[in-house]
Amino acid sequence: MSAVELAALAPALALLGALINGLFGRALKEPLPGYLASATVGLGFLFSLFAFFALQSMEEPSVHIALWDYLKAGNFDLSLGFTIDTLSVTMMLIITGVGFLIHLYSIAYMHGDSGFSRYFSFLNLFVAAMLILVLADSFFLMFIGWEGVGVCSYLLISFWYTERANADAARKAFITNRVGDVGFLLAMFLTVFAFGTLNIHEVNELALAGAVSGGLITVIGLFYLLAATGKSAQLPLQVWLPDAMAGPTPVSALIHAATMVTAGVYLIARAGPLFALSPVASTWVAWIGALTAIIAAFAAFAQTDIKKILAFSTISQLGYMFVAVGAGAYWVGIFHVFTHAFFKALLFLGSGSVIHALGGEQDIRKMGGLHKHMKVTSFTSLIATLAIAGVPFFAGFFSKDAILAHVFNSELIGGSKYLLYVLLLVTAVMTAFYMFRWYFQIFRGEERLSEEARAHVHESPALMTVPLMILAFFSVAAGYFGLPEFAFPNVFSHWIERSVEAPVSFGHPSVGLEWFLILLSVAAAALGLGIGYWVYAMRKGEPARGDTGALRNLSASGAGFDALYRPLFIRSSEGLASGLSSLDSNVVNKGVSQGAGSVGLLANVVRWLQTGYARQYALFMFIGVAILALVVALNGGLS
Amino acid sequence: MVPTEYYIALSSIIFVIGAVGVLTRRSAIMVFLSVELMLNAANLALVAFARQWSVAGAATALNGQAAVFIILAIAAAEVAVGLGILVAIFRYRSSTDIDALSEVRL
Repeated sequence: MSAVELAALAPALALLGALINGLFGRALKEPLPGYLASATVGLGFLFSLFAFFALQSMEEPSVHIALWDYLKAGNFDLSLGFTIDTLSVTMMLIITGVGFLIHLYSIAYMHGDSGFSRYFSFLNLFVAAMLILVLADSFFLMFIGWEGVGVCSYLLISFWYTERANADAARKAFITNRVGDVGFLLAMFLTVFAFGTLNIHEVNELALAGAVSGGLITVIGLFYLLAATGKSAQLPLQVWLPDAMAGPTPVSALIHAATMVTAGVYLIARAGPLFALSPVASTWVAWIGALTAIIAAFAAFAQTDIKKILAFSTISQLGYMFVAVGAGAYWVGIFHVFTHAFFKALLFLGSGSVIHALGGEQDIRKMGGLHKHMKVTSFTSLIATLAIAGVPFFAGFFSKDAILAHVFNSELIGGSKYLLYVLLLVTAVMTAFYMFRWYFQIFRGEERLSEEARAHVHESPALMTVPLMILAFFSVAAGYFGLPEFAFPNVFSHWIERSVEAPVSFGHPSVGLEWFLILLSVAAAALGLGIGYWVYAMRKGEPARGDTGALRNLSASGAGFDALYRPLFIRSSEGLASGLSSLDSNVVNKGVSQGAGSVGLLANVVRWLQTGYARQYALFMFIGVAILALVVALNGGLS
Repeated sequence: MVPTEYYIALSSIIFVIGAVGVLTRRSAIMVFLSVELMLNAANLALVAFARQWSVAGAATALNGQAAVFIILAIAAAEVAVGLGILVAIFRYRSSTDIDALSEVRL
């Protein structure tokens, strides 16, 4: 077994950890399930690292591992297998690397919870499902992983299921995701119809060879886009992600920021050649991403929950990734997945550290001035804040700038690209602003702690701060893999493009214009941070505090989507359900009851025959036989 | 040779005696005996027909004989089970009046 093939064991390892913790977890003493779960993911990370280095030296950096034949019918052959190439290994490194740190962090964060081993069982199960998703060689196996991560997300959002709100949030996430999953199923049906196979590589090859008409590819692409909007919380299915913050904070970091929600971006990048052949579908992807990015950024303004701000920020950043893959810059989308995984996981783990320190407080209006109490959390969160705001030399700057530049130069999405560029630039200003608010309201300014929180506040243990520091390092370093192509060597694009060979081209404006675009994105970050500094540091939040207008309410309500969906979908389906229920009780149930009643009536008539006297039964038998004999005799014998 | 009709007539008479016995007797033992009479009336008819077939030289001559042996075996088994049940009932209620055994109804 070569080093590359070893990586295929990573999902099995995580699954093993999930099984052991799930079946025997109660028998293990508290930190043990955590270290066991961390070890399986850590080992998976080592294997992924081996595969990463082994792929470097390979001529054709793609290894296919056949697992099983699932279904064979006529010409249709559905076999399950793993594809280990530069794209899937990159995702594996993110999942197992960031996942390993979050597992370690969770050991301290979940300390003393009654569901300690259950938590790690679910978390390992999630890692296994997510690895299957990224390793899958066919849309079908990817769908298995896709559903698997959905289930784990459901289980972990409702981890503290005794509270009604948490269970509701989990159901909301699951049901909203089902809408997207229907899109995935329909896309798969159409893929089989059009291409006769579900193997991603074959579908891409056939599409590039022109085997299928452009219109059909567009429809397939739009259905895959619907699937992606569900999992990646994009318009119009983004409503579940803010509620998903009901789960434990490390779960929000791993599932609802770093890995699972990027599955939609990964799906589109995997099917890159398919999307590259359909400018219509690609334009849809880009527009959905851009609108989601700016609306979610707006919704982040008025949030007061430390995690909800980050949730909307995640939706917004996922929007950036969608614009990138919509513009045909598949490596850029994955690059932002890569950098975002570090700084957003760091932001969530920093929030977890704060929540842990304050004994469960999540309202940023009751924080402030925490810097002097928790230096490590504060410094690492500052690095992550600067990274997501797009400050130069931090990781987020490079990936966000790459997205902006590629949208500006894209030749796939037509004339609307300049409008998209402006939307993203405005979003960048907004991002810098609300992230400054997030950081400043928590760590700087005056202390607004409640009495009990003040007595409780402390820096978190090393098991939590060390992952923070490692993630902080990568929140800076990760960006240097993908420096701007026009002036610097860019290893990330060459690395990913060895797996995604899509026929997309980008304009090459003058070097001066490229530098100007970079200057613009730096200016956007500076402007956002500057406004944030003016509002929250100089004026102590006064300009924002007094405002209770409609705009603020709209932002606080997540841009009003819940209020829109409640009558539109929830009330209407509740109405449909109660209608069907009354149909069931009044028509179906009554019909069955009446049928049973008529049988009862008949039975009452026949009942007098049954007296219990054996001799009477014998008489009936004799009479019956006599009648039969008479009939036979009158008909002239038996034959 | 005695004509077959004679046997059939005797068989019918025995069968009717049995049937009337089943319908009129209240003692379970007597009902049992009457059922045996009916079975043996049928046996008599079967062997009578078998004899007629064998006189005619038909290949199916032994079918009736075979049926009689099957009926005898089944009757023996039925008596064993039936009398066993009767003994159990008698121990339980000190009577074999079958009209008293009419609980098995709705």
